[in-house]
Formats: sequence, C-alpha cells, structure tokens
Amino acid sequence: MKKVREFLGRRSVASFLSSLISIIIGLVFGYLLLLAFDSEKALFGIKQILFAGVSSPAKIAKVLYQAAPLVLTGLSVGFAFKTGLFNIGASGQYMVGACFALYTGIVLRQPWYVAMTAAMLGGAIWGLIPGLCKALFNVNEVITSIMFNWIGLFAVNLFFSNTPKILANYYGSANANRTANLAAANARAIIPTLGLDKLLKSPFMNISILIAVAIAVVAFIVLNRTTFGYELKACGFNKNASIYAGINAKRNTALSMTIAGCLAGIGGGIYYLSGTVQYTIEKVLLSMGFNGIPVALLAQSNPIATIFSATFISYIQVGGDAMQPEFAKEIIDIIISVIIYLSAVSLLVKGLITRLAERKKEAAPSPGQDTAQTPDDSKQEATS
Amino acid sequence: MEEYVIEMLNITKSFPGIKANDDITLRLKKGEIHALLGENGAGKSTLMSVLFGLYQPDSGTIKKDGKPVKISNPNDANDLNIGMVHQHFKLVEVFTVLDNIILGVEPNKFGFLTKKEAREKVVALSQKYSLSVEPDALVEDISVGMQQRVEILKMLYRDNDILIFDEPTAVLTPQEIKELMSIMRGLAAEGKSILFITHKLNEIMEVADRCTVLRKGKLIGTVEVAQTNREELSKMMVGRPISFEVEKQDIEPGKTVLKVENVVVPSKLHKNNAVKGISFEVREGEIVCLAGIEGNGQSEFVYALTGIEKMSSGKITLCGSDISKASIRKRSLLGISHIPEDRHKYGLVLDFSLAENLVLQHYREKLFQRFGFIRFKEVRNYARRLIEIYDIRSGQGPDTIARSMSGGNQQKAILAREIDKNPQLLVAIQPTRGLDIGAIENIHSLIVKQRDSGKAVLLVSLELDEVMNVSDRILVMYEGKIAGEFEPSKTTVEELGLYMAGAGDKARSTGQGG
Repeated sequence: MKKVREFLGRRSVASFLSSLISIIIGLVFGYLLLLAFDSEKALFGIKQILFAGVSSPAKIAKVLYQAAPLVLTGLSVGFAFKTGLFNIGASGQYMVGACFALYTGIVLRQPWYVAMTAAMLGGAIWGLIPGLCKALFNVNEVITSIMFNWIGLFAVNLFFSNTPKILANYYGSANANRTANLAAANARAIIPTLGLDKLLKSPFMNISILIAVAIAVVAFIVLNRTTFGYELKACGFNKNASIYAGINAKRNTALSMTIAGCLAGIGGGIYYLSGTVQYTIEKVLLSMGFNGIPVALLAQSNPIATIFSATFISYIQVGGDAMQPEFAKEIIDIIISVIIYLSAVSLLVKGLITRLAERKKEAAPSPGQDTAQTPDDSKQEATS
Repeated sequence: MEEYVIEMLNITKSFPGIKANDDITLRLKKGEIHALLGENGAGKSTLMSVLFGLYQPDSGTIKKDGKPVKISNPNDANDLNIGMVHQHFKLVEVFTVLDNIILGVEPNKFGFLTKKEAREKVVALSQKYSLSVEPDALVEDISVGMQQRVEILKMLYRDNDILIFDEPTAVLTPQEIKELMSIMRGLAAEGKSILFITHKLNEIMEVADRCTVLRKGKLIGTVEVAQTNREELSKMMVGRPISFEVEKQDIEPGKTVLKVENVVVPSKLHKNNAVKGISFEVREGEIVCLAGIEGNGQSEFVYALTGIEKMSSGKITLCGSDISKASIRKRSLLGISHIPEDRHKYGLVLDFSLAENLVLQHYREKLFQRFGFIRFKEVRNYARRLIEIYDIRSGQGPDTIARSMSGGNQQKAILAREIDKNPQLLVAIQPTRGLDIGAIENIHSLIVKQRDSGKAVLLVSLELDEVMNVSDRILVMYEGKIAGEFEPSKTTVEELGLYMAGAGDKARSTGQGG
C-alpha cells in the first residue's frame, strides 16, 4: 500500500500517468465524435485508430516513418519550452530545413548527410532570427516565429518556383508544382535504409527514426547533464536569477531558439530526403511543425518521452488514414486533432494526480494496485 | 451582551503536506487591539484568510457576536463588517483617494454617482479618527503612509468594525509607524476591534492589549501584553530564547575594498536619475549600511554595483581594479557576492533543486564540470557540505526543489552560496525581509561573522532596528543622494528617520527643483 503511494508521488510516475490518462480521455472523446458522425461505423473507426498501426509490418514502417520528423519538431518545441520560450515557428523552420536539404540534394547533387547538414543550417537560421529579436529587442518570440512561418512558406515557394532545376518536370515528370523525385534526380541524397525496408517490407522504412532517436538522446544529455543545458534551464525557469548569477541570458535565448530551429530543420530534411515524398508548392503551412507542439506537451518537454509521444501521434494518424473511405478525410482530421489536443492536457491531469497522491499520504492507504513499470524517464525531472 | 465579537474556535486547515492551522482558537474582544504573532509559516496568514473568507477551514467554527457564521468569500466577510488592510495595498493608482474609498460601494441615484454624500462621509470619518487624507489627490501621488490611511478609511467607510491589519508597519518610516499606532489606539477607543498581524515585538508591546502566539500551525497561547515582555513573547514564538543584540568583535577597519565615486544611475521609471552622484568607501572588517525608505535609489545603486544595470557616469573600484564596465560574472569572480532583495525573483531558480541552486555561480568551476558535463556527484557533495555548515533544512536534502522550502531556509541557501564564495565584498539587500526572529538572528550572525573575518559588507536595509544593530557606519539615502553619514552609537532612530524622510536634507539643498 505504501509503495503505491510512494510510486504515485514520484514525479516521473505522475508525468507518465498523466500523459496516459490524457491519451485515454482523447480517445474516448474521439470515439464519441465518431458515434456522432456515423454511429454504425464508429466501432470500425475506433478499431482502425487503435490497431491499424500494428496491423502489418508495412503499417509499422509507416508509423515510424512519420514519427521521425515529428520527434524532431517535438524536440524543437520542447527544447525551447525548457528555456522558457514558445517556439511556434517549428513549421517555418521545418519548411526552410526541407528547402535547404532539397536544394543541396537535387541541385548541388550532394549526398544525404550533406543535405541533412544543410537542413540543420536552414532551420537554425529560421530559429536564430526570432531568437535574436527576443534577446536584443525583447520582441515576443511567438509573434516573430508565427510571422516567420509565413515568410518561410512563401520564401520557399518562391525559391522553388524560380529554380527550374529542382522541380519534378526538369527530370521528366509532368508536374511543375513539386520538387523532383530524389531517385530520379540524385539517388545519393536519399537517406539509407540499411536493409530496414526489406525487414518491414516497406519502401517507407529507412534509418530516419534511428537518427531522430539518437538526436533525442543527445538533446536529453545536453539538457540534463551539461553546463550548457543547466544554463538554458536556469534561464528558462528564472531569467532574473540567472542574470544575477552572471549567466548571459541574451546569448542563451538566441542560442536556444537557434537549436530549436536546428531540430525542426533536421525534421524537414529527414522527411523530404526519404525519397518517398516530394515537396508540393502550396499556400498552406505544413502541419508537421505545428504537431510538434502537442508532441512536446504530451512529452512534457522531456526529450526521451518525445520519442514516444511522437510515435503515438504518428500511430493515430496512420490509424486515421486507414479509416478511409468509410469516413471523410475532414472528419478523420477533426477526430485526430481532437485526440491529439486532448492528449496535450496532460499538465492538467498531472496536477490532479499529484494532488491525489498527496491527499492519499494523509488519508488511509488505498487498496493496492499493480505498479506498472514506467519508461526510462524515472531519473528525469518533471518539466515545468 | 457577548464579550467577544469574533470567536474562531478550533480552526484546522490543511494544505497538501502541511497542517497550516491545527486546532487554533482565537477570541477577539470588542474594542481591543489583538496582536497575532508568529514566525513565517506559523499560520498567521492562513488563519486571517480563513476569517476573511479566502479559505474554508477543514474543521472548526467562526462565531460573530456569539452566533456561528459561515464566511465563504470576502464579500461575506464584508457583510459581517470584517475589513482587512493587506500588506500590499489594493488601490487603483490612477484613481483619486475618494474614488478608491467608495470603489465597490459607490453611492448612486438611478445609476448616477452621488459623490457629495460620500465625500462628506469620508471627510467626517477622517476627522473623527484623525486620518488625514486628501480626497482629490491621485493615489499614485500620495505617500505610502497616506495610502495606508486610505485603506483604513476604506474599511471604515464600509462600517467595518473588525479590522485586520496585515503587517502594516513594514512599509512605513518610524514617524509614520508612531502615527499608525496612535490611529490604531483611537480606533480601538471608538469601539473598533483590531487584529494586528506582525512579527515585530516592539509594536506589540507598544500598542496591543492581548497577543496570540502561533508556532508551526499550533496555538502556543494568548497572553495579556501588560503581563509579559519581549523576551517571553519571542520565546513563545520561536520556541527558544533569542538574543536581540548582535554580538560583534571590536575590529579596526582595514584597507578599502569598495570605492564608489560620483556614481549616477538613470531611473527606469522616470526621466530623472535614480542615483544622483554618490561616493563612499567600504573597508575590510566593516559593515556599511545604506539606509533609506524604499525607492530612494538604493536598489538602482546596487544594480549598478553588481552590473545588472549600467550607470551613466562615475567609477566603481573593487580592491584597486576598476569594475565600472565589467560584466556581472567578472564582478562575481573578482569577489562580489550578492544577496538580492527578492529571493524568489533574483536569488533562486525555484524549480531547480537545492543543490543546483547552490552552484548557480560555480557550476563552471573545474570541480563541478568536466568537458562541459556537470559532475552531479560533486555538486551533491558540495550541497551536503553547505547544508551541514549553514543548517539549511529541507525535506530531501540536496534534491529538494527550492520552491518547497520555507522562506528562511531559502534565504539561508542564498547566504550559504554567497558567503561560501568567500567574497571580498558581500552586498546584502534586505537580507531579512519577511523573515521571522529566529531566522533573522541566524542571518545577522552570518553577516557579522563575515565582517569579523575581515571582509567588507554593504548592507541595504529599510529596517531601522537592523540598521542600528548590525552596521558600523550608516549612510542615509534620500532621493538618490546620501543625505547623511552616522555612527550607530552616536545617533538615534528618530534622527535617522528625519533624514530618511528628507528633513535633514532641507538645510543644505535649498532652491533645487524637484
């Protein structure tokens, strides 16, 4: 009994449980919506959402393939959160990263790792500018990064439209509104698969998820083990005290946004260098960047947890896709958004759990329940 | 008729993890001044919040005039004629005094304000209780003392007869405190009952009839003030005898550590300079105190001294090297330690653990990092050592989150961090603000120990008791200048008060535009 209380009282456990509970709330609400839209097929729909992602190796591959860029945009938002900044500009950084990667890969004919480095650079620039505005002129980073989303979108569109060598029709395709198929333009720019595609029997599978996981681990180490991460977190939690202690808060603000941009930029690179997707010139902001926000919220900005939350959201999306054609694409989008955004209420749920655990400490011990093992964030401190 | 106007019987109120009030009974007589004494975290504020309807007690009853009442929110309290002057005034700065007083109970006819009657009532009240205010002045233009009188008038205007004063003297000069005391006596004589929250024993001895002492959420007792003394009260409050005198060794000041020459610092609030050219020195083995009422340039000067803000002219020298333009970290490395005035805002990263806070300036040192990786083991060991030496009490040792610690222990953590650096100069701003006697005693002795070991200390304080007890030299700041220099043995609190209020300055600076 005592164990249960102690277990609940541990902050890492509270974090994990709260995320889990919010996911369940989201799923229940999603099911209710399905019932409202089409009660006969609701059961089919929720089954697809819940199980389509593991129904075949190819589906698993699809989940991991979409999760990789989501991990990175999630890390981007979460990293900035840790430093007290709200990077709503992951979408723009993601697009600029993709643009740099594609230009380097297709036009400059460089191999994939060079193109990835270019993506990182592109995202970094798109993060640096709002970061500098915040650090030097105290311009709210939310506003600048929203504007930079649109500037990024149209700049990339403009650039692609005026670079004939990057477009698909240059390489023999009929389409002029999208970038070239990498296999036709420069196969070296495609991220290697290391045989993973054969393992899961899916062309979507490559090492991108491994890259994303590796970067998440690095982000975790930087944030929690280094002096640099210590400074960033100190600035995030209490800027004034950090300044008093002699920490250069302005530099850290700019750096944090730059790193956030880097991460989102890699996300753009990793997705468009997979060789299975082409960048389409459209006047719509890409949702991959925005989905980084619920990913980060659900993971409570913990880089390791971000891997899982991104995989979850990707999983739901793959499940949603499998609901076609019984449900219209728009309805699926609504349901997925509802699940995702309700999942992000985890902070609220966490507060409830902590309170519950504290109340239990005083009251009589509750009946026992199995203590499930939590993921490896047990040492990680809960985020703000 | 019932003897007690308010009875709070067996009040218990718990918060997660702590019993803030444990079976507390407090009875307030009609026409008495009843002090509520206790250390920080003793549960005074919780108890008053229960009475004012901000919290609901877990158990216990409140009676008004012998009848049980339920107070669910401040409006209920107001209906029962209970009023409160909060520590931080709740006034609309850009409204006039009169508008502030009637705010919320505006007299009107068919929706149109009828201020005339209100004004008459306010004027009558202010004469009756000698609460001098200017009804048409804007609140932002009047002194803190007058703002407090406005708050009192607000209560009287609402016909409140149970008045709660939450640490009312914290913001006042000695003269204003005297005035407040006589106002309180006048109110009590008119039949108002006053609950007076404080941790200043002198004030209790001077004005209160009875005193209820709380310690760690428990009721220690209620005593007649006439039959007790300071020592006894402090013992009840802290649980052990307290010495009021700060023991200092006799030492001759040595070499100059800090030299300040004609420092001018611009103000962030207005176009004038906040610090208008001040010069002084602090030597080894000396505690120099900058005294003054809040807002006379002390804070801005310290910002300039520690490098947080730029000064527009002047020179600051530390141990012979010019630091006028040095970065904050450089100054810190050269030997300035700094105890900021707001420990939550500037002193600690509340969401960091205690250990992480204790290395807030040292984390880059070789001991605590290797190739940019923090050596958490060393950090924890270091924290354990400081916890031991400075007696910092916390739930989970080095891993305690700073936010969960008590104010006194948070302050001790800051002192430990700053003093353990063994600084040439310790700058302490209001180091005992909001702390109780036990913690104050602790912190004073740490500061004096620093001085006795031959280091220089610059203390900025608004508390005259502290100024007189701790310092070797007193500089009074008024409107950005040093209005006078004193030795504690050769001056009185009254004289300092005059200089702090600007009266001492008049003789010298005539004809200077405001």
